[in-house]
Amino acid sequence: MKIELGDPCLVVLMGASGSGKSTFAAEHFLPTETVSSDFCRALVADDANDQSASQDAFAVLHEIVGRRLKRGRLTVIDATNVQKEARAPLVRIAREHDLFATSIVLDVPESVCQARNATRPDRDFGEHVIRRQSRELRRSLRFLQREGFRHVHVVKDGEAVEIVRAPLWTNRSVEQGPFDIVGDVHGCREELDALLSQLGYGEDGHPDGRRLVFVGDYVDRGPDTPGVLRTVMRLTERGHAICMPGNHDFKLARKLGGRDVRITHGLAESLEQLEADPVEGVLDFLKGMTSHAVLDGGRLVVAHAGMPEHYQGRSSRRVREFALYGDTTGETDEFGLPVRLDWAADYRGHATVVYGHTPVASPEWHNNTINIDTGCVFGGALTALRWPEKELVSVPAAREYYAPAKPLIPLEERPDQLLDLDDIAGKRIVQTRLARTVTIREESAAGAMEVMSRFATDPRWLVYLPPTMAPTATSQRPDALEYPTEAFAEYRAEGLTSVICEEKHMGSRAIAVVCRDESVAKARFGGEGTGALYTRTGRPFLDDAEPALARIREAATRAGLWEKLESDWFVLDCELLPWSAKAQELIERQYASVGAAGTAALGATTNVLETALARGLDVGALLERTQGRAARVSGYVDAYRRYNWPVAGLEDLRLAPFHVLAAESGAFAERDHSWHLELCDALVDADPDWIRRTERRVVDLTSPESEAEATAWWEALTAAGGEGMVVKPFAFTTRGRRGLAQPGIKCRGREYLRIIYGPEYDAPDQISRLRSRGLARKRSMAGREFALGIEALERFVRGEPLYRVHECVFAVLALESEPVDPRL
Amino acid sequence: MLLSISTTHRPATDLGFLLHKHPDRVQEFRLPFGVAHVLYPEATEERCTAALVLEIDPVGLTRRGKSAFALAEYVNDRPYVASSLLSVALVTVFKTALEGQKPELAATPIPLVAELPAVPARGGEELVRRLFEPLGYAVEVREIGSARHVGLTLKATTRLSALLTHLYVLLPVLDDEKHYWVDEAEIEKLLRRGEGWLPQHPERALITRRYLKHEKRLVFGALQALDEAQPVEADGEQEEALERPVSLRDQRLGTVQAVLKTAGARSVLDLGCGAGALLERLAKDGYERLTGADVSARALEIAERRLRDARNVTLLHSPLTYRDKRFRGHDAAALVEVIEHLDPPRLRALEQNVFGSAQPATVVVTTPNREYNRLWETLPAGEFRHGDHRFEWTRAEFAAWAGHVTESYGYGVRFLPVGPEDPEAGPPTQMAVFER
Repeated sequence: MKIELGDPCLVVLMGASGSGKSTFAAEHFLPTETVSSDFCRALVADDANDQSASQDAFAVLHEIVGRRLKRGRLTVIDATNVQKEARAPLVRIAREHDLFATSIVLDVPESVCQARNATRPDRDFGEHVIRRQSRELRRSLRFLQREGFRHVHVVKDGEAVEIVRAPLWTNRSVEQGPFDIVGDVHGCREELDALLSQLGYGEDGHPDGRRLVFVGDYVDRGPDTPGVLRTVMRLTERGHAICMPGNHDFKLARKLGGRDVRITHGLAESLEQLEADPVEGVLDFLKGMTSHAVLDGGRLVVAHAGMPEHYQGRSSRRVREFALYGDTTGETDEFGLPVRLDWAADYRGHATVVYGHTPVASPEWHNNTINIDTGCVFGGALTALRWPEKELVSVPAAREYYAPAKPLIPLEERPDQLLDLDDIAGKRIVQTRLARTVTIREESAAGAMEVMSRFATDPRWLVYLPPTMAPTATSQRPDALEYPTEAFAEYRAEGLTSVICEEKHMGSRAIAVVCRDESVAKARFGGEGTGALYTRTGRPFLDDAEPALARIREAATRAGLWEKLESDWFVLDCELLPWSAKAQELIERQYASVGAAGTAALGATTNVLETALARGLDVGALLERTQGRAARVSGYVDAYRRYNWPVAGLEDLRLAPFHVLAAESGAFAERDHSWHLELCDALVDADPDWIRRTERRVVDLTSPESEAEATAWWEALTAAGGEGMVVKPFAFTTRGRRGLAQPGIKCRGREYLRIIYGPEYDAPDQISRLRSRGLARKRSMAGREFALGIEALERFVRGEPLYRVHECVFAVLALESEPVDPRL
Repeated sequence: MLLSISTTHRPATDLGFLLHKHPDRVQEFRLPFGVAHVLYPEATEERCTAALVLEIDPVGLTRRGKSAFALAEYVNDRPYVASSLLSVALVTVFKTALEGQKPELAATPIPLVAELPAVPARGGEELVRRLFEPLGYAVEVREIGSARHVGLTLKATTRLSALLTHLYVLLPVLDDEKHYWVDEAEIEKLLRRGEGWLPQHPERALITRRYLKHEKRLVFGALQALDEAQPVEADGEQEEALERPVSLRDQRLGTVQAVLKTAGARSVLDLGCGAGALLERLAKDGYERLTGADVSARALEIAERRLRDARNVTLLHSPLTYRDKRFRGHDAAALVEVIEHLDPPRLRALEQNVFGSAQPATVVVTTPNREYNRLWETLPAGEFRHGDHRFEWTRAEFAAWAGHVTESYGYGVRFLPVGPEDPEAGPPTQMAVFER
């Protein structure tokens, strides 16, 4: 006999001891698909026949079954299952996971079972047991379907069996598309015809083999339900369309099937029209649709009213009801319409869900879901989503055919995307394109939570956080901690031939998100204003960023950046100067006070020692040391003062952009640095008073002359008070011999390092002790944070939901909360 | 680091005897944190100056304690200023002089001048004077270009041991920091060094607090010993200090408690519970279930200790702007002085989380009434009551927000005053009770 199984499902084997269940299972199913009670007894009691362990063994069995079904794996129960009490929990578990339970009964004569058991010394429980089991099984047979088994197959002893597995009806993931998914039609045949021809469909379907997927609600309210049904049925018949049922279609089917339903919500119109203009086969068509469809390798789910992830591709009463009616509380609102829960706000699934049911003024992406019911019958439009292009095509309604009970929900009144604690808390593993997976420890996530929620800017603007940057390996030179040689050597060792040295501006890292206008900001980011300017930890830079954004925007317009990037928005990676703009308090409290105290104390000490020396005391060496220290402190004061100037307003700030991180046309981590700097230079040219150029040198790592030239440039730069430089792979994102190369290595100047390592760090007895510094952790962090930042941008550019972008940005902040030597 | 002590006592070179260090020699002493040198830049009959030069090793020196400034361990003033390191150097190098041994001369007051080029002075010139003037010093304070430091000259005719003792105790007090851990032994040190002058000093409470690094247990013990068993004021928050005269905080918590009680809730959610003050009160009201949530892990730790004995209390680490499904299933929620700590654009997320997702039947929200601020005498005009407040609303602004909430989430609202109501400005705290 041939047994067809919907995959996945729960298969419950039934039969007395000795009926051959294990043999049957081994023959037709994978060992991992089969869960046997004997195996579970052995698991908990080291004895497969220890009947006293049954209770614990079945608890384990049920747990395994539940976990497998949750993951959508076909599972076979190898146990006698002759008693109703044993079967009931299995049926319940299958139902909990919205999958069918199927029973396969091995109908073997009692004598055969007895004979088989007699040959097995481990089964000495006596004949009466098998007799009882056979009796119980026989008695159960006719109740099995009532108990909740979808299918019951009885296999006679010795009968040949062929098991055929087929995907569940809802699982049509082999259908690859491309598709055009059409919203609620409601009898609007004219608009449907117009939309289909606009999409390129003719009598013979689409010339490119595209196919239609309808979200349902073909009938009711509109002027030509029969016409719509005919079109849709013909397309389906010819294989050009896949149809989902809507709640209206379901109700009509019930009515036509002779059930008693209330004639409301436009059903009367349908019945009238169908009476005047009957459509052959309509009931079969309506009844033949499955609740929803999983398409295109599982990437696309279409359902009338939506479908949460844990229902996708499954079948049960509640899955069907969700598909038809959505997530309702059972209450009604002031318009008498059901109060709907926002399942889409909770949606975190991988598949894109396209649905309709609730008319909206315009379709909007929401956590990888989109409602394309634009209320055609209410005078809105009939909309289709092209898949995989994700483009919307709309035909406006010729007129309002039916007055809506309440106005269509306009865009601005729909809820914002609320992030969930589950999107950030706990141990997290983030998949990134560049570094595969990045693991965030639970404590790190908890540590970042406060910073992110209390101090960071609106998450909708936070599409990127910059990575930390490791310094170069400690220099071999006796008088320096950092020197270009090591940075060049490292990249050369990675197999790179070309790097770029970029001047490091001593200010504060700033990310500028700039939109062309407020409407772009609203549509693309959902945030208030026209952009954001935030620090490396996501804090807003200025109380009001708008004037600064306006200035960047004007420069971008003059530089033709919008056209060059083919975008109405872009994200810049910059340094905002002066350092004192953001760090004024820090500088006064920490840096200036140390400088003043050092100057005063060492000055006074020098005077005292000079007087003592004049008296003939032996203080020469101490005086010399003190004078050396005074000189270092004075160098330190010069160092921090260089990066300060008074800031009264925007005019006094300077912006030094060095990366164009992203725009609508892409995330640009694969463009080389000359591309980035060229665009930045264009901004500088557009507003040279306010936007500062980043000086640079391209170095050929195989040419000692080129390296020497860059080193000399660095020497001059730092001698003149510059902070130093960052050496980067010329191509930006670069893979070296050991995976992703460091995106940048900083090489800081001797004088600048005083404000990091302390005023006197370069005294011979000190610098020797500072040389051993562990860079590995910092470098590993830099790599992971870089991968996360780029991932965040790429996800944003792809239009992924906020939580997917935020996950990466949050992870950067979480990594930053891990302890690392702050001097690096 | 430099300390010079001069005298014009005749013969001035007696200073050498007092200090037990010969004026014509340069001496070196090894200390755990560096080297101390003692030398005399001048040593004549008329005038003699002893200088203590400390060469502190900055690399070997690490500071305890937390600082918002990550580089504080490396970029700091310790090598240059008169801190507790100097006190340690004084007892090591000038032990004999400090103890006042060498009977006749040591017991005689002589004219002395102490010079310190850089003294960390938390409290500034005013505190310097309050500390040293009651002890009979003529105090000269010089600005040295730092908000945290002063140059200091002290003049008095006194015993050398008294001068050294005062410096030993008061320099770390001025600094309000010590480089070492303090324990009970520190009380004994303070009492011994303070003998004869500290009990009479008008700033003895402050001196004790700072000397003992604000360790409450130690401070209380020391003050008791100084016959000063008055309760110690904690270094409270700016906002609390401001509002203390009307004990507004108590009134606020009491009102919230009462509203929740009348709402008939069986489970209550305290959002932004902080250290658990409200939960502590509610724990006595017999609720079936109390849940506190806060984004500060530190505050939750304190709350956990505080609520150790309370049953049915769960504490959650949760930022209120991310939807937390654990908030669901409560009858009532309280947001006491919480919303003003959120940037206005983030309020929407909080609303969705509380009113949209958690949906308790009753929500109590309190927030400062900005109109009342002008009645706080100590609050400068235009400033908020707390440094972290992102906004403070007038009654009209609060009502507008509440109106938006009722409209969007299907709640009704009523307003209650908290604290003494001013006929024009209204109450200091405003409260909204939302019900659905």
